[in-house]
This record gives sequence, C-alpha cells and structure tokens, in this order.
Amino acid sequence: MSLIRLPEPDAAIMARRAQITADLIAVAGRDAVISDEDGRRAFETDALTSYRRMPLAVVLPQTTEAVANVMRYCHTHGIKVIARGAGTSLAGGALPAEDAVVIGISKMNRVLDIDYAGRCMRVETGITNVAITAAVSPEGFFYAPDPSSQLACTLAGNLGMNSGGAHCLKYGVTTNNVLGVRMVLMTGEIVDIGGSHVDAPGYDLLSLVIGSEGQMGIITEATVRIIKAAEGARPMLLGFDSSEAAGRCVAAIIGSGIIPVAIEFMDRPAIQVCEAYAKAGYPLDVEALLIIEVEGSEAEISERLQQMLDLAKPFRPTSHAISESEDQSARIWKGRKSAFGALGRISDYYCMDGTIPLGRLSETLTAISQICTGYGLRVANIFHAGDGNLHPLIMFDANDPESEQRAEKAGADILTLCVEVGGCLTGEHGVGIEKRDLMTKQFTPDDLRVQMRIKSVFDPGWLLNPAKVFPLDARALLVEAKPLPQAA
Amino acid sequence: MVETFKPTSESDLQAAVLSLGARKVATEIAGAGTKRGIGRPIERAAVIETTALTGIMLYEPTELVMSAKAGTSLAQIETTLAQNGQMLAFEPMDLGPATGGTLGVQTIGGVFATSFSGARRITMGAARDHILGVRAVNGRGEIFKSGGRVLKNVTGYDVARALAGSWGTLAVMSEVTFKVLPKPPQTETLVFAGLSDEIGIEALCASLGTPFEVSGTAHLTAGLTSRLELPLLAREAATLTAIRIENFPSSVAYRVDRLRQALKIYGEPILLGDETSRVFWAELRRLSVLTPMPGDPPSQLWRISTAPGKASKVTDAIRRNMAIEALYDASGGVIWLEVSASADAGAADIRRILSTHGGHGTLIRAERDVRQTIEVFQPMSAAIERLTTGIKESFDPARIFNPGRMYASV
Repeated sequence: MSLIRLPEPDAAIMARRAQITADLIAVAGRDAVISDEDGRRAFETDALTSYRRMPLAVVLPQTTEAVANVMRYCHTHGIKVIARGAGTSLAGGALPAEDAVVIGISKMNRVLDIDYAGRCMRVETGITNVAITAAVSPEGFFYAPDPSSQLACTLAGNLGMNSGGAHCLKYGVTTNNVLGVRMVLMTGEIVDIGGSHVDAPGYDLLSLVIGSEGQMGIITEATVRIIKAAEGARPMLLGFDSSEAAGRCVAAIIGSGIIPVAIEFMDRPAIQVCEAYAKAGYPLDVEALLIIEVEGSEAEISERLQQMLDLAKPFRPTSHAISESEDQSARIWKGRKSAFGALGRISDYYCMDGTIPLGRLSETLTAISQICTGYGLRVANIFHAGDGNLHPLIMFDANDPESEQRAEKAGADILTLCVEVGGCLTGEHGVGIEKRDLMTKQFTPDDLRVQMRIKSVFDPGWLLNPAKVFPLDARALLVEAKPLPQAA
Repeated sequence: MVETFKPTSESDLQAAVLSLGARKVATEIAGAGTKRGIGRPIERAAVIETTALTGIMLYEPTELVMSAKAGTSLAQIETTLAQNGQMLAFEPMDLGPATGGTLGVQTIGGVFATSFSGARRITMGAARDHILGVRAVNGRGEIFKSGGRVLKNVTGYDVARALAGSWGTLAVMSEVTFKVLPKPPQTETLVFAGLSDEIGIEALCASLGTPFEVSGTAHLTAGLTSRLELPLLAREAATLTAIRIENFPSSVAYRVDRLRQALKIYGEPILLGDETSRVFWAELRRLSVLTPMPGDPPSQLWRISTAPGKASKVTDAIRRNMAIEALYDASGGVIWLEVSASADAGAADIRRILSTHGGHGTLIRAERDVRQTIEVFQPMSAAIERLTTGIKESFDPARIFNPGRMYASV
C-alpha cells in the first residue's frame, strides 16, 4: 500500500546511527539493544504489513528504570521513540521510522501481585493479554478485554489502543478494566497514575493515557481488574436470510432487557471461510449468522437462550443451534476469533474497524457492498453486533499494487460512511497511520486542537510515536494564528 | 454583583465564555448547584448556569444510548429511561441533602462533571465508564466534541471520559451522550447484622469472589444503622453488611440461595425482598444516613478510596484519633466517613493514615473556612500536579472556569 504519506526521516539523526547505537548500549546494556540489520528487520512493521520502515535501533529493556534511562537519553538528544508491544496493530500503530528508536516492552512480562479479595492484579505490560487471565484462572478469575489477537498482543498494546474484544458488550473495554498505570514520560520521568483503588485524585488522567496510542508515554506496569468467571457460558447460532433480519433481531434482544455477554455477526462470505477453517458447525446456507453467548448456571443459560429464541422468532431465523458441549463452544469461538487468519488463507485482505449505530446496520452493509463492488473487490463482514463495531474485510491481491490501492480507497470510503451514519472511524483497533488522514472527517479543527494540546502537555516535543493519530499537517493548527477570544 | 449567564443554546454558551474570557472573569460553572457546598470555595465574579440547556436529544433503547443537553435534570432522564425499563447503571449519587443542597434536582452535566457513582459501580463501572461523548465549550471559547454516540469508539484521545470528574474546571459541557442499560427486573438483598467492620468487609469481598454478579456491597457502622429510614433495619441497632443481587426472578432466587451457602460462616442473613431492597439502596444513594439532622452534633464528611483489604485498618487507625461513623461501599473500596467536627476536619490524621495504608481522601462536607484552609481534594504528587496544571492550561489558559475549586493551581 502506498496511499499513506510518511514523513521524511531526519537525515542528521540517521547519520548519527552508529553513535546513537553505542550510546544506547551504554545506557541500556548490550543485551537490550538490537542494532544489526537482520535483527532490526523483525521490527520494521506491525500487522499493517504493507508499510515497513527500518528502525534506527531497537531497545528491549527489562525494567521501568531502564525504559526511563533510554527515554531520557532520547529526549536529551531529540530522538523520536516508538513504543512497541507485540507489534499486532492492524492500524500501523507500531510502525517504526528510520529516524526513531523502537522501545519494546515484550521482555517485561511478569505478574507482580494478585489481590483476589480486592479483585485486581498488578502486571508488567509486556505480558500477553491471554497470560493475564491464565495467571488467575486457577482461582476462577479472568481479565475481561479479549481482542482476537489475545494470544500474541500485549497489555501495553491494549492500553495504547484501548482494545476491546468480543465480550466487551458486557464487560467493557480496556479503559473500563484498569485501575492504575506506571508510565514513563518522554523526559524519563516515572509517573504513577491511579493505583489499586478507584477514583484517582485530580483529573482522570487514566482516561487520557489509555487509548493515546503510545503518544503520551510508555506504560510499563498496570493494575487491572479481575472478575470471577461465570459458572458457565454457552453460545447459540442463529442464521437469517438477510442481514437486516439479523440486525433487527439483535435490537429486539437488547431492547428486551437481555445483555448477552457477546453478540457476533458474520455474513455469508465470512461464514464460508470460517467454517472451512474451524469446522464449527456454522450453517452454510444463510446470509447472516449471529453467535450469541450467555453466561450463568446451566438452568440460567437454558432459560436465557430460550428467551432469545422466542424473541428471534418474528425475524424468521432459518437455522438455530445451541452449543451442546464445551468442545463445540470452543470451535464456535475458534471460528470467530480466527476469522482473520482463516480469510488470510484464501486472500489478502484489508481489515476495517468502523463503528455504526446498530439501527443503520442494514443500509450500511448494503452501502459497503456497493463500495467494494465499485472498486471491483469482494468483502466479508464480521463484527461485534451488540455494539455496532464493524470489521469489513476487503479482499485484494497483494501482488497487484493497483488492486491494493483500490482496497485502500474502498476502506477509506467505508470509514467515511461509518462517520456519516453517526458512527466513528475506529471502534477498537486505533487510528495509527491508517486512519490518520481521515480524522478530519470526524473531527473539526477545534476538536483536534483540544486533543493535540493534551499531547503537547505529555510530550511537548512530539517525539513519541510521531506521524500517527493526527494528520501530518494538523500540528500546524496549534501554531496557526487564532484570533483572541472576543466578547460577542 | 455576580454576573449571571443562563445560556439557552450552545452558541449562547460560547458567547458567554468568549465575553468572560476576554475580560478574564473568574466564573463559577454550575448545573442546578446542588453540590455547591463541595470543594474549595471560589471567589467568583460571574456564574454560568446550564439549567436552561435542556432536553433529551437522542434516545435509542435498543442501542443502549441517550444524549441530553447538560442542564437536563437527572430526574427527567431517569423517568424517561424507566419508561423503557432502562437505567443509568452507575447509580449516580445525590449528594445534595448530605452537603446542604437540594434533593432530586441535579443535572446530568453535574452528574458527569462530579462523577459520584453509587453501589453498582463495583461491577458496572462508574460515571466515567458510561460516558460516550460530549459537546463542550472550553475556556478559550472553542466549541468541541469528543467521542460520539456509539458504544465502541477509540477514535482520537478519550477527552469525553477525562471531563468526568473535572468539576467544571476544564470545559462547560453543553451536551452529553452516555450508555444506558436494562433495569434488572428483580432485586434482593442479603443483610448480615452485627459483623465487625473487618469481618463485614471480608464477607463483601467474598461475595464478589463468587460468580453470582453481586451488584452492591455495603457495610454500615452501628451508629449509621439507627439512622436508616427503614424501620426493619434501623431497629437492628448493630452493624449491617448488605449484598445486592439483581437479575431475572429465577436467577435471583437461585443466586441468593447459592450466596447464602457460600457465606454461611457469616451467619444467617435477613432477606429484604424486592421492594425493601430498592428503598434501602436508594437511601444509600442519597446518603440518607450521613445527612445532618437538626440537633445533631456538628460533623464533617469525607470520602475515602482505598484497597478493600485496607479499609478496616484505615478506619481503625482513624478511630484512634477521632469519633467516626462509616458507610463502606464498593466492598470497602470507598468509605464515606463522618467525623466529629474539628478545625481541620481531621485532615492531618486522615491523610497521614492514608499515606501509610494507601488510598486518598476528599473532604465532602465541612464549613467554608475549613474548606478554605485545608486541601479538599487529595494532594497530588509533583508529577501528577504538573500534568494536571498542564491540562488545565490547555483547556482554560486564563483560568476562568471554577478557579481553585479543585486545587489552588487549577
């Protein structure tokens, strides 16, 4: 892909690469610094693999203090820093730059403390999402946000993007499940925000830091909420002959007062691909499929699923199946969570992440289909129906640059459509470089000014994760001469 | 003479801010003013009241979302939601009566700006967790929005959420969009009488360690029990430890039964039943037991946040220095602490004890001169203060909005 412009790297910094590498080794230790080309190449992209940039150097510190020392060095020398977890960002959030040092926290992955009575635990943020739950599951607890990349992605990345997942309809996203963080500012200063108790003093800085895409600091430790898992959970499959019927069924369920733990939607192309991969028992002859999961005791689950089946009747589901075993439930979820990988087996694809009001679902899906057809491309739709977070997967041929460009243009059109129907550009993947230039579709110059001024409070030199989130030229808004407030 | 603005539209509001900003007028930002007694006293030359910015602008029950102008009364919002079997799940508290204000008239803007959340926050999150978007005017007179009307949105920084709890010091909200949830059809409460604070909190934590989705965990010291309006409980004259379950009727029955077994070692609970449960938790929501009555000896009120495991240690230590009564919410994570009146409201002792055990305290009710002399909100670390003042500066560089209400530097 090539539509997204990246800034020219600073030649003066690049010319000092050898010296900077030597300095970083002095600051962080030889073991922590990757300077050879092969080693750096492993960090040149994230999950938006069409964009690649060889980083100046990569540092993998093992302590908060080491992160602070590297940050302080970079700050002193005006060197840009890119924070990296596992590099699973679909939005290019962790894309390096030739004049920037990548600081990866993947070696900082320890569980520091678990407080079951207080229902929270403190971890280093290089821990993978799934390892957090694994640490407390022997006691029946779990950490709720569950992005599909949870096997690989780190908590640090989840904090950066305010990640969601399939089960956030009931349990919320990352920002709702974090009590405190330890963060290193660009100056190297270590700051504790929040803690192991609720409602930190002063402004809710956690709100600003979580989802700031690595632009305010590097979070090295976090205190997260843990929740006692339900007695059981079981998904149900409901097939429909139109996405409109499926959408109206979702509205009817939510309107009735039932909040399932997850409601996932797949359209026909997505069903075919996922079933071929996971053998989950998805019906192949339907236009739209809902995976609805409820939790509780066996009796509660049966009662709730029956309630929802009754609610679904007016929308004439063409098939329904309730999972009958743990194995079947696991396969149903495997099919959904591996959807991206499964589609990747048959085609290159570009994964979108807009959110829309559920009431606009049917017309939006129709329009998405028209947009893709207009560009001569196919699309599969998978999304979190309970909260309207769409993931259209636009299929293209990565060996054909022209096809790739069409995919990128279709993606931009789809996200613009999401904003036009009352939604937003990104529900859980983040802006990164991918949606950076679309921000003006959703935000006015003043909206952006308010956000960029906050960025400047945390990182006045704009050294952290540059060229992400805001359009490249947006920073001019901050210096643009604005008339002083005048009495009307 | 205090200049008063009561804008009826967002552009009106902007005009007022521009006028005040140009003259650098210290301006109080208020909704219905029910929490005027909380915070550091401010020297105001003007006031902006949002009470004429009213109306529910959007309500989609099946999308779990509502938008309302900031001055819309919470009562109107909750009535509209109840007509559709829905609610604000964070159970916004009404601090009016306990702090000398009026009951039942607070605005939705005031609810989010102060972010006082009730018992259900333990599982459903606080006000900040339910905010989806805002429209607001900052101290520069810029109209801006953040967030939106969809449940999942990570586009740009989460400025809307950060305005929750900022006490009108950053921006004046004109419209707020928030998540709503279904009202559970049935409520039951298990009440254990006579447990010590330590054991009561242990029981509350144990209940949250079950898979039964407990949605309220409170413990009252004996002195507060006798002030309950519910005669059934008031006559217990002992500490009360209350655990709430809300769900479909069949689930409530099943879960209450399982909880009783799980908590057997704490004794046999009183079951309040659906109606009495609602009355009881509504009393806590408006802090009825901490509302001064005529003839009561003078007292002051704190709100303390700490780790639940530290709660009884904190109150034991404070009790050695002064007479107290405590309402523990959030399984002890939040303590509403009444102290007998003193010149510093016990601040020196309370903050010293909190610094030992971890946690922080906000002085909720005290005389004006007390609030003038001690820090009402928990003092910040140097690093946090620098970020906090930086953010204030970015929104309101002339410091015209509620100057000094939270901190002298903000």
